Amino acid sequence: MALETTTTTMKKDPILSVEHLSMRFGGLMAINDFSFEAYRGDITALIGPNGAGKTTVFNCITGFYKPTMGMITMKQKSGKEYLLERLPDFEITKQAKVARTFQNIRMFSGLTVLENLLVAQHNKLMQASGYTFLGLLGFPAYKQASKESIELARHWLEKASLVDRADDPAGDLPYGAQRRLEIARAMCTGPELLCLDEPAAGLNPRESLALNELLRSIRGETGTSILLIEHDMSVVMEISDHVVVLEYGQKISDGNPDFVKNDPRVIAAYLGVEDEEVEEVIEEIEEIEGGQGGSKK
Amino acid sequence: MANIASTSASAGSDLTARALREAVFAGLISLGLFVLFVGLKSDQNIRNELVLNQRWGLLSIFVIVAAVGRFLMVAYVQPAMARRKAAKAEAEAVVKEETFFKRHFSKIAIVALIFYPPVVLALVGVQGSLKWVDNFGVQILIYVMLAWGLNIVVGLAGLLDLGYVAFYAVGAYSYALLSTYFGLSFWILLPVAGILAAFWGMILGFPVLRLRGDYLAIVTLAFGEIIRLVLINWTEVTKGTFGVSGIAKATLFGIKFDASKDGFAAMMGLSMSSAYYKIFLFYLILALALLTAYVTIRLRRMPIGRAWEALREDEIACRSLGINTVTTKLTAFATGAMFGGFAGAFFAVRQGFVSPESFVFLESAVILAIVVLGGMGSLTGIAIAAAVMIGGTEILRELSFLKAIFGPDFTPELYRMLIFGLAMVVVMVWKPRGFVGSREPTAFLRERKAISGSFTKEGHG
Repeated sequence: MALETTTTTMKKDPILSVEHLSMRFGGLMAINDFSFEAYRGDITALIGPNGAGKTTVFNCITGFYKPTMGMITMKQKSGKEYLLERLPDFEITKQAKVARTFQNIRMFSGLTVLENLLVAQHNKLMQASGYTFLGLLGFPAYKQASKESIELARHWLEKASLVDRADDPAGDLPYGAQRRLEIARAMCTGPELLCLDEPAAGLNPRESLALNELLRSIRGETGTSILLIEHDMSVVMEISDHVVVLEYGQKISDGNPDFVKNDPRVIAAYLGVEDEEVEEVIEEIEEIEGGQGGSKK
Repeated sequence: MANIASTSASAGSDLTARALREAVFAGLISLGLFVLFVGLKSDQNIRNELVLNQRWGLLSIFVIVAAVGRFLMVAYVQPAMARRKAAKAEAEAVVKEETFFKRHFSKIAIVALIFYPPVVLALVGVQGSLKWVDNFGVQILIYVMLAWGLNIVVGLAGLLDLGYVAFYAVGAYSYALLSTYFGLSFWILLPVAGILAAFWGMILGFPVLRLRGDYLAIVTLAFGEIIRLVLINWTEVTKGTFGVSGIAKATLFGIKFDASKDGFAAMMGLSMSSAYYKIFLFYLILALALLTAYVTIRLRRMPIGRAWEALREDEIACRSLGINTVTTKLTAFATGAMFGGFAGAFFAVRQGFVSPESFVFLESAVILAIVVLGGMGSLTGIAIAAAVMIGGTEILRELSFLKAIFGPDFTPELYRMLIFGLAMVVVMVWKPRGFVGSREPTAFLRERKAISGSFTKEGHG
C-alpha cells in the first residue's frame, strides 16, 4: 500500500503520535481519522492544499481545539508521556513542552523584542520569583533567574539575528523579522517539539533561506524536533526529513520528501487530476524527474 | 544685504496689504450675513403689531470683530504659526537633551508632596491650611491611588472595568463595619480591607473570565451596581441609605488626634486643631499611594506584570507560551481591587461616615477617565491627570470672582461636569493616548527606549 511508511523511519523513536484524530465542526468533518507520527530529532512537514485541515490538526495538537475523537501522545526525552487532548492549551506548552507559532503572526507588538522573549519564559521566572511574593521582597533567586532569562533571550536573538533590534517594539519590526521573532519566542519556552504554522509565508527567497538555516540550527543545537505546516515547497523539500500530506482531512501520503514528491495521490491532490488520469500524470512526472536528475548535480 | 532687507520689507508690506484686503472681505461677508439676522429684528409692540427694530450698532460690532479678527489672523497669527512649525522642524534635527526637571520629575514631585503640608502651614496658618491640605491634597491623592489601582486592571492587563468603585466601597464598609461592631483599630483593618476587596475582585473575576470588551464592561458595571444596591438594602448591617457614622479615627502609634490630655496636640505642645489630623491623613494617603506605585513598578518587572501586559497585547499568544490566563486575569483583578480596598478604608477613616451615596457609577467613570486621560499604564501621566481633574473641580469652588462677571446667581461648581467633559474631549483630540502615551520597557539589552503609544494595544477585555 502506498501509505506504508518507509523502513528507515520505522525504526525511529516517535516524539508525537497522532492516532485516529477526528475533528468535527457541526456538519463539517474537518479531520477524519487522521494518524501520523513525528519522530524525535526530525523536521516533519505537514502539507496539503488549502482547506485540507492542516491548521486544525495543529490547533488540536496544541490544545486550541479539543478533538472530537482520537488520541495525541507526546513522548518526552525523559520518557514521560502526555495525552495532549486532555491537557488545557497552556499546560501543553508548560508541561508537555510543545511550543507553537501562528499562521497570522501574533506578536506582543507594544512590548520590546526582548520583553517578548522574557514573557515566553514566564513559568520558569514565576517559579524563581516564588510566585511573585519572594521576588517582590527582593530575594536574590529572582535576580539571578532574571539575569539568566535575559542571557537566554540574547542567545535566541543572536540566532534569529535580531539582537540589534532588541530594544525596539516588536510591532516596529518588518514582517520577516517578526516571523523569526515568533520562532525565537517559541524556543524561549524550552520546547521539545516546535510546531510552526507556515513559517515561510510572506517571506522573500532570501528570507526563506535564512529561515531554513535557523530551523536547521535549532534542530542541530537543541535537538528540538520540528513539526511544520508549509506551502513553500522549496522550504519543505529542502529541510524536512519526513512529509505528511493531508487532503480533505485525510492522510493521502506519508514518507520522506522524495517518496511524497512522486506519490501519484499527492500529485493528483495538488494538480487536481481525475482518478483515471493519475497514471498518466505519474508517467509525465517521471519523465521530468529523469530530465532534472541529469542536470541537477 | 540691502537687497535682502528690501525684499523682506516688501514682503512685510505685501502681507499687511493682503491682510487689509482680507479684512475688508471678511467685514463685507459678515455684513451680508448678519444684516438680516442682527441688524433688523422683528418684534411685537404693545398693540400686538409687528414692528421692525433697527440695531445698526450691534451689527457694526459684529462686522468690526470679523474684520479685525481676520486682519490679526492673516497678519500675525498665521506667520507666527508658520515660523513655529519651521523652528520645530529644525529643532528635531538636533538631538534633544531632556531637561533635568523632566528626567527627575517623579522624585521632585514626591519631595514636593512631602514638604507640601509644612509649607502650607507656614504660608496660610493652621486654620487656613485645612482647605489646602484636605480639599486639595488628600482629595487628589485618594483619586491618584484609586486610578493607580485601576491602572493595574485597565492599563496593564487591558481588562475594561467599569465597576471599580465596588472595591472602594468594599474597603470603606469593611473598615466602617468592623471598627464599629468589633472596635478593631485602623492599622489592623487596613490590610483586612485590602484582602476583602481582593477577595471580591476574585469573585468578580470568575464570571467575567470568558468575556471581552463591551461584554466585560457591562458585567463589571453591573457588579458595581450590585454592591451599591446591597449596601442600600441590607439595612440591618449597613444601615442602608443612612450610612454608617461615627467611624473611629486612625491613631499614630496609639496617639489619638483629639482634645484629650494624651492627644497629639497636647503631647506636641500645640493648640488643638483638626488641621493636624488632616496633615496626618495627608501623609497616610501619600504613603499608601506611593506603596501602590512602588508595587506596580516592581510588579511590572516581575513575570506576572509582564504576563499582564502580554495579556493586553494578545491573549492567544499568551496561552501558546504556557501562561495560565485564568490566574493571570484573576491576579490582575485581585491586585487592582486590593488597592481600591486600601483607598476605601482610608476614605472611611477620613470622612468618619460612609453611605452608598459615595459609591455611585459616576465615581467609577471619573476614575476610569483619569486612567485614560493620564495614559494607560503610565503612573506619572495618571497622577497628573488626577491632579488636573480633581484639583480642577476643587478650584471651581474658589472662582467666586466669576460672580462679578456672570451675576450673583452664577455658581461655577455646577459647571463641573460640563468642563470635565469638554476637557476630556480636548485632551483626547490633542493627545489620543493620554498625557503620557508612551510605555517604558521593563527590561533592556542596550538602551532603554520609550515605546510609542501607536504600538501598544488598549486590550480587548
